[in-house]
Amino acid sequence: MWKHHQKLERHSLLLVIGILVVVAIGGLVEISPLFYLESTIEKVDGIRPYTPLELEGRDVYIREGCYVCHSQMIRPLRDEVERYGHYSLAAESMYDHPFQWGSKRTGPDLARVGGKYSDGWQVDHLTNPRAVVPESVMPPYAFLAKKDLDYRDIADKLRAQRTVGVPYTDAMITNAVTDLETQADPFAPGGTALKKRYGPKVNQRDFDGQPDKISDMDALIAYLQMLGTTVDFTTYKADAGENLR
Amino acid sequence: MAAIDGPKGTPTSGAGLLAGLLGIGVFLTIFMASRTPDPRFMVHAYIFMAAFTVALAVLVIGISAGRFVQSDDKYEDGVIRAGVIASLFWGVVGMLVGVVIASQLSWPNLFYFPEFGWLNFGRLRPLHTSAVIFAFGGNVLIATSFYVVQRTCKARLAGGIAPWVVFWGYQLFIVLAATGYLMGVTQSREYAEPEWYVDIWLTVVWVTYLLVFLGTIWKRKEPHIYVANWFYLAFIVTVAMLHIVNNLAVPVSPLSSRSYSLFSGVQDALVQWWYGHNAVGFFLTAGFLAIMYYFIPKRAERPVYSYRLSIVHFWALIFIYIWAGPHHLHYTALPQWAQTLGMTFSIMLWMPSWGGMINGLMTLSGAWDKLRTDAVMRMLIASLAFYGMSTFEGPVMSVRAVNALSHYTDWTIGHVHSGALGWVGFVSFGAIYCLVPWLWKRPRLYSDRLVEWHFWISTTGILLYIAAMWVSGIMEGLMWREYTSEGFLAYSFVQTVEAKHVANMIRALGGLLYLSGTLIMVYNVWRTIRGDVAALETNAILVQPAASGPVPTGTVAAE
Repeated sequence: MWKHHQKLERHSLLLVIGILVVVAIGGLVEISPLFYLESTIEKVDGIRPYTPLELEGRDVYIREGCYVCHSQMIRPLRDEVERYGHYSLAAESMYDHPFQWGSKRTGPDLARVGGKYSDGWQVDHLTNPRAVVPESVMPPYAFLAKKDLDYRDIADKLRAQRTVGVPYTDAMITNAVTDLETQADPFAPGGTALKKRYGPKVNQRDFDGQPDKISDMDALIAYLQMLGTTVDFTTYKADAGENLR
Repeated sequence: MAAIDGPKGTPTSGAGLLAGLLGIGVFLTIFMASRTPDPRFMVHAYIFMAAFTVALAVLVIGISAGRFVQSDDKYEDGVIRAGVIASLFWGVVGMLVGVVIASQLSWPNLFYFPEFGWLNFGRLRPLHTSAVIFAFGGNVLIATSFYVVQRTCKARLAGGIAPWVVFWGYQLFIVLAATGYLMGVTQSREYAEPEWYVDIWLTVVWVTYLLVFLGTIWKRKEPHIYVANWFYLAFIVTVAMLHIVNNLAVPVSPLSSRSYSLFSGVQDALVQWWYGHNAVGFFLTAGFLAIMYYFIPKRAERPVYSYRLSIVHFWALIFIYIWAGPHHLHYTALPQWAQTLGMTFSIMLWMPSWGGMINGLMTLSGAWDKLRTDAVMRMLIASLAFYGMSTFEGPVMSVRAVNALSHYTDWTIGHVHSGALGWVGFVSFGAIYCLVPWLWKRPRLYSDRLVEWHFWISTTGILLYIAAMWVSGIMEGLMWREYTSEGFLAYSFVQTVEAKHVANMIRALGGLLYLSGTLIMVYNVWRTIRGDVAALETNAILVQPAASGPVPTGTVAAE
């Protein structure tokens, strides 16, 4: 056996091929079944693509590195379910390009933070976390409210999302700018059309308390307020055979 | 750029071609900068343009002055000297940022600045991880691999000017990544944050690196490829595979700094942690094991303990590591069969890890006295002790029941740092302490006593750091799941944050000590390069092995 190994020690290309074969196996066996095994993602009602404003908010969340300290993945453990809510389903992040499960909880999990706090609390907390929670170690994000949201390329963003598999329709892409502006303005006339496209549960209001502008803060809070709220858990049977994985 | 000078040299191959490519690059980046509506993309286009312009100017002036000549009877050591200096520079930067973000978590009112959002934890943390892993670690790996492959193959680096393209191209990648994080350009994929165009740039640089490395092996005058080179090859090839698959993404537009990953949700999570864990396995382990397999035998002047063990170690390690990724996703929405596979292989991984450690430690057989007399040797061996410790802790933490407690807590941070500071840091420092006198042709280091100071200050720093993180991590994990006798959760989340305050401060102190040790090293290296010897030590007995000179590969590789 040791003699056979000498072939690899004397031929660099054989060695490279050997390495490639050996390191490819694990990934192929573990990852590729996730793309075709139907049981990987549960069938649930209510999952929808992000609205344009929420998608911009999600990009702010990523830009600021929120995922570094906040997970979005509630594990099926008693204390987590009681602290944060129903454990996270694979279906809930099926339109997340990229995923935001996180790996560290320097701050609490945010998978179901939607609707837990008022918009006003979110603004105060993001502006100066220690004004609301004295022991917090979170950085201040006052600048988000001052910055106008740059949404010139929102239609391109929806198109890129569609390319990677999110079911945005042509109407959603054509109306991306209108939908975004409508969601941040409670009096905008386009509300009905927005909800027709994205579902009746979409929040339409002035999230940051500054009616005269659409800020990064508007987008971020719109995103936070919908997190974990889309799945209808009254119709989800956690113990059903097809949902046991 | 330095070139090998000498009257009989031939013009360095590839310099003219490179100048042409750089010219095209300058025009392309000017075009991109002028057309993009995205201000962050524009900054990066200008950085590309500036780098290409400077490189082009240096090349044109150098060629016309007849400076880019090479002589094939000499090793190419200039690029390695540059790599040693770059490693130390980025090491200090990365560790300094680490101390800053540790201070932010300890004293948020002092270290956050509401007007400067780009200094917030969320933007600095990727800067810290990338600077220490890819800027410090990457430069150490590239520099040592260029040194080792030349000596063990008895051949000059292949590709003419290509090794310099790898070096400067890699520094440009670091600058683009770092400035990107500060501006908020990130894919949010841990340890793979740079956006699509930076990823493409790194791919070009990395393939060039692979070709230089392989090309040098093809020119070798030794029939056997030495074991350190197997590990370097596995590191280069596998990192290329991981990098390309994990960064598959669709840009919002060709002139936008934003892209969306090809995969989503559960598939995306496993692809990312397949990458993430093997960034540890192949970047931070296989690459640095190559350093171990060259520098420990060389410093100890003993052959590697067991040739057969190194064969088993090599193939078992690279085969098993790849499977371990799912242990980052225990109890998540990842299907349980994948979690179980990941856990099983993570536990199996303990064996090849310790096999490698034993192979390195036992190389000292018959030379154990060097632990007492040679602080550099002690640093290399201490790195193996930390490697053994963290590769035991890792399999423990990958057990689902343990992971239920440890996941999301500071315990993970402590585990990573016992590997990063203890293993990667110390083995790198040991290698650099060996390399500097060899590369600059000095009889010895400026001061061995400063190496002692470095060793003990940094070791104290590591121990403070990991002990603090064990305490805070296990504490917060237990507090999260604590119930009162009435059956209610005992603590709110923020109470667990408050409880970690003391541990956070000790962690910051530990990091500061480690940084201080590194600064001592920088001073020592700088004085060594200048050719100084500390006044108190001029009469000391030289403990270094014979400097430079080709390595007796045959005897080292054979059992």
